[in-house]
Amino acid sequence: MSETISLILISIGILFDLLGCLGLLRFPDVYNRLQSATKCVTLGTWCILLGVFVRFGFTEIGLKALISIPLLFLASTVAAHSLARAAYHYGFPMWKKSVADDYKEQVQKEEKIAKSFEKPAGS
Amino acid sequence: MRYIALFIVLMLIWLLFTFSLDAGNLIVGAVCAAISAAIFGGYYPRGSRMFFHPHRYFWAVIYLFIFLWECIKANFDVAYRVLHPGLPIKPGIVKVKLNVKGEMARTMLANSITMTPGTITIDIIDDYIYIHWIYVSSHDAELYSKKICGRFEKYIRRIFE
Amino acid sequence: MSPLINFFLYALIAMCFMCLYRVIKGPTIADRMVGIDILGILVVGITAIIAMKTNRMFILDIGIAWIILSFIGTLTLAKYLGRNKLNE
Repeated sequence: MSETISLILISIGILFDLLGCLGLLRFPDVYNRLQSATKCVTLGTWCILLGVFVRFGFTEIGLKALISIPLLFLASTVAAHSLARAAYHYGFPMWKKSVADDYKEQVQKEEKIAKSFEKPAGS
Repeated sequence: MRYIALFIVLMLIWLLFTFSLDAGNLIVGAVCAAISAAIFGGYYPRGSRMFFHPHRYFWAVIYLFIFLWECIKANFDVAYRVLHPGLPIKPGIVKVKLNVKGEMARTMLANSITMTPGTITIDIIDDYIYIHWIYVSSHDAELYSKKICGRFEKYIRRIFE
Repeated sequence: MSPLINFFLYALIAMCFMCLYRVIKGPTIADRMVGIDILGILVVGITAIIAMKTNRMFILDIGIAWIILSFIGTLTLAKYLGRNKLNE
């Protein structure tokens, strides 16, 4: 019984992983790729780890699989956030059909402040 | 006080990872936890006394289920957008006002927003959070801030404040 | 049970190659970094399945260490990328 449930969970996880990788290939710019990849691949790996936990129960392997779920949550979300922020600050353009961009003003303001700090040091 | 709290947390994590109670294992774990606590103790979040209130755990469990539901919904949302041949996306970055205070609460809210349908956190500056949204459905600031943050804000305020 | 698990392993490795395609082809540096980040998460799934297949627990330890190392690597790359602009 537990083996069947774990196999079903793992196959659902593989399906979500596949969707995330397809999104990684299909979407047009960095931010959209980051969205699909982070969400789908993280949930797919959660499903695989849950499947391992269901298969082994509260033994050593099962508990370790259970512990790595919150670890994966924190690591993947923070990595996605920092990647998106770095890409925007470096100046990679958004897709040309993008609708709104509220972040631009803020970044330009920050750059102006940074330049005003740099000038007296250089002259 | 914060250094001791961090030491206890690190020691618990070590015991969970290694999963044995040998004397040597305990000594190695204690030494490593003491060194890390001495270095990183200053970064431990303030106000950690709230971990002793039991009603916060009750709300945390409810929040966990709501978060999982949103997460599954997010994945079907992304699946629809990936498999549709016409790529129905309309991306954009929007600015939403935050209503929660405290570092931990904001971190949890930002992480939860990253895992929910079509949104990813880019930056938090002062009281505003910048979100990349895969399908900008409206330009009304109040409406979309309710749509993005409103699901989680009241639970997070109950857990962390 | 074991043929199905072998199939899962092959599927995950095929996905790794999809990520590698993005790493090699990606038009910008950020695309390559996204590919590397996702590759790190996929490898954790592979370690979990191998641990299930061989019944050994130390392979899952490798997975946990891999999560932390890939996280630190991505943060370092992101910091490098973000600072590049300010130095100009």
